[in-house]
Amino acid sequence: MKHPSEEQLVLFYYGESEDRAGIERHLADCRTCGLAYQGLANTLAQIEAGPVPERGPDYGAAVWERLRPRLAERERPLRAGLPIPRRWAIAGAAAALLVAAAFVAGRHWPGSRRAPAEPPAAQVRERILLFAVSDHLERSQTVLLELVNTRPEGAVDISSEQQRAQDLVAANRLYRQTAARAGEPGLASVLEDLERALLEVAHSPSRLSSEEFERLRQRFEAQGIVFKVRILDWQVRQKATLPPAVRKSS
Amino acid sequence: MEASEAAAIERARAGDSEAFRVLVERHSRTVFRVAYRMTGNEQDAEDTVQETFLRAYRQMGQFDSRARFSTWLCRIALNCSLDLLRARQRRRECSGARDGEGAARLLLRPAADPTPDRLAFSRQVRQRLAAALERLSPLERTAFVLRHFEGIPIGEIARVLGRPNGAARHCVFRAVRKLRRALEPVVSLRR
Repeated sequence: MKHPSEEQLVLFYYGESEDRAGIERHLADCRTCGLAYQGLANTLAQIEAGPVPERGPDYGAAVWERLRPRLAERERPLRAGLPIPRRWAIAGAAAALLVAAAFVAGRHWPGSRRAPAEPPAAQVRERILLFAVSDHLERSQTVLLELVNTRPEGAVDISSEQQRAQDLVAANRLYRQTAARAGEPGLASVLEDLERALLEVAHSPSRLSSEEFERLRQRFEAQGIVFKVRILDWQVRQKATLPPAVRKSS
Repeated sequence: MEASEAAAIERARAGDSEAFRVLVERHSRTVFRVAYRMTGNEQDAEDTVQETFLRAYRQMGQFDSRARFSTWLCRIALNCSLDLLRARQRRRECSGARDGEGAARLLLRPAADPTPDRLAFSRQVRQRLAAALERLSPLERTAFVLRHFEGIPIGEIARVLGRPNGAARHCVFRAVRKLRRALEPVVSLRR
């Protein structure tokens, strides 16, 4: 057997290896791998969960008491997302704008291309932007997946998804414009499709009949928007982890 | 599924809030446990419990009665926790708050042999771990917490997260790699 990779050792540690017996034999025979596994196991063994605070037998009743008045609001459009103050969304977009501006400035600053190696600050800016875009794509994917995976039996309240889509639209616009300016037409094009989908969610009525919801869902499926975003997210993540020299040429 | 629970679910699906009360009282402690493991913070866990039951109440019509109600509820709780972690991450990015404030509480198991040396070692491990856990992406943290603390197989984690198996596996790998990087300087000194 070849030397197992770190990932195979992690799976082995958690008892999920496909070739448990083979790895066990190898670890017994190969001192290097044996030591590597021991190091991994020692480290993971230090990560212990602390106790979860006790909740007494009346806890369920207390939860219900706090919940009951809120259920009465059911028929009103509920804001189902956790309370994420809007100012944080705005501050997040502003921070993203700063990073994006720094990124564009870094790429177009005269002389930056003449330097023999990309300055570390520019590399860091680019990595931050790539991770920020990836996080944005992940959050957008979650919203769209929740919609695409819902099979309603009656009317559907999408106010939670709407709220999140509204928060995502501004950041998406920013990333799309940055990608277009930075000469990344592929990225800009998928972000444009994503923006259209997010706007459609944001501007729909918060309560849709099952037929209206099904039409929305089918449109997303026909556009393959979730798949496109997932692929783009993967590509962005790959790019973010490449060394700068390779990243530039990819 | 017990007959009484099945009946409560059916009635709750029809909009009977008293039937939903039975479900809340029965499952609150499980939901709190999941939420606390994910958020590492009692107040956040309490908020997540409330949010989970609100979403569940609104989505009762979408519950497939062939599935286990507790699994469905835990999935909602995880999604609520993920939303909260993402919001917390964004706030931290904006405010530059210190790492490890929430995760530290996850890792407060007292040392088994509380000698001064052991206590100092545990403290160092906890501090590094807490900071590293807070730096994981919400998905990495979720996948790691479920795999490492809760012992849930990766295939099940993938289903909960609505991701392919490979993606869930990579979340666990990335988390383990980052945590090892954070811990190894301390652990290797101890060996």
